[in-house]
Amino acid sequence: MGSKPRLTGYRRPDGSMGIRNHVIILPVDDLSNAAAEAVAKVVPGTLALPHGYGRLQFGEDLELTFRTLIGTGLNGNVAAVVVIGIEPKWTERVAAGIAKSGKPVASFSIEGKGDLQVIADAARVAQVFLQDASEITREPATEGDLIMSIKCGESDTTSGLGSCPTTSEAVDRWVAAGGTVFFGETSELTGGEHLIAERCIDDACRNLFQKTYDNYIKVIESTGANLLGSQPTQGNIAGGLTTIEEKALGNIAKTGSVPVVGVLAPAEAPDRKKQGLYFMDTSSAAAECVTLMAAAGAVIHLFPTGQGNVIGNPIEPVLKLTANKKTAASMREHIDLDVSGLLRQEYNLTKAGDMMMEVIERTVNGRLCAAEALGHREYTFTKLYISA
Amino acid sequence: MAQVPDFLLHHDGDSVAVANDDLQPGTLQGLSVKEQTKHTAVLNHAIPLGHKFALRDHAEGEAIIKYGIKVGIASQPIKKGDYVHTHNMRSYRWEASRA
Repeated sequence: MGSKPRLTGYRRPDGSMGIRNHVIILPVDDLSNAAAEAVAKVVPGTLALPHGYGRLQFGEDLELTFRTLIGTGLNGNVAAVVVIGIEPKWTERVAAGIAKSGKPVASFSIEGKGDLQVIADAARVAQVFLQDASEITREPATEGDLIMSIKCGESDTTSGLGSCPTTSEAVDRWVAAGGTVFFGETSELTGGEHLIAERCIDDACRNLFQKTYDNYIKVIESTGANLLGSQPTQGNIAGGLTTIEEKALGNIAKTGSVPVVGVLAPAEAPDRKKQGLYFMDTSSAAAECVTLMAAAGAVIHLFPTGQGNVIGNPIEPVLKLTANKKTAASMREHIDLDVSGLLRQEYNLTKAGDMMMEVIERTVNGRLCAAEALGHREYTFTKLYISA
Repeated sequence: MAQVPDFLLHHDGDSVAVANDDLQPGTLQGLSVKEQTKHTAVLNHAIPLGHKFALRDHAEGEAIIKYGIKVGIASQPIKKGDYVHTHNMRSYRWEASRA
């Protein structure tokens, strides 16, 4: 009794938990960004999530946009949502999808009213949501309440030697404690995809993984393009990585040693009763990938970097670690954990894992990570094909 | 504190190693991360932190091994101790990916 809980979070009406308590102003489409940003200016403390899409999309591409928008609102780090769209129908669809969670949601459409009327109406609701959210207090939480996601970026050879194995330690510990972790980056498994297939928990999982991987690669290869400079990126190459296969093995080095229990479509939420490590079909572009994982419910992200990626997300804290001593020095404001000592043999991987867990716990309990403090709020949608 | 290795390799048997600092040509001391075995190698070129050099000769088309796994092939002959990057190594999976 009286001892401080190790992990704390905010419990939402649907039982999910988060580590932040954001009231978000969510535009359904690009046209509604201006009104959403204006509301967040009038009611400081709320957070607008501008993005570039939501118009004239159709089919699976449109469904993914809805899943991303609704999933963002459902994320445990979000307390309440004000949805603003140009047309009422899609606006109400997004609001209804979020409202199922029991969270406070209000929706406003701009057609027939104009920005100024909508800004005034939405701001009145946003203010109430913000004041109400400020009374939600932290409760004790467990790993099983908090979904973690992982994705590396601007990787170099130090990623595969240090920051990715450190992340791997955290993944194994999180899952062993009953937690769920997402990894993705479909194209970036090339050359090591068999290692992931071998870790799939059963044939159904393995077949779905292989089909998902093959489909993604078919799309990339059908372009016939020379991918050198894109995958691996120029930054990867500057950091000493030469081929996609070499990059992939570094990427896979962060996924722990636990089985893969399921395969998720982009932004698809897992079965909350089935905990463990999930593969999600995503782009390897940092902001796209983290946006999809947050939309599937991830509330804390581990981001190993080599050459120094600066990505953040508006609702999911993105913790960065590096084992590159030059990056740790030259970009120190972006780095939450420096594990370059691992390469200098100053400590072993278990110790690096301990250091990682300490930073995770502090971030869970409210310490702002570097990306949050620096205002990195990249909210980037994955587009599957052209709009109509 | 133990001496900082000049280079690291993931597994004993890897055909390339990674510079653990900006390195000058010469005789270097290294360590395999998995087996913690000490290695000695002679580097032929100056290479920056994180870049690779060959631990054995590779004929053109021969597999380049890192993590105990094939991560590419030599796009031209590579001598033991040579700098290895996009100029002499390429993907075997994405055939069009050439510098």
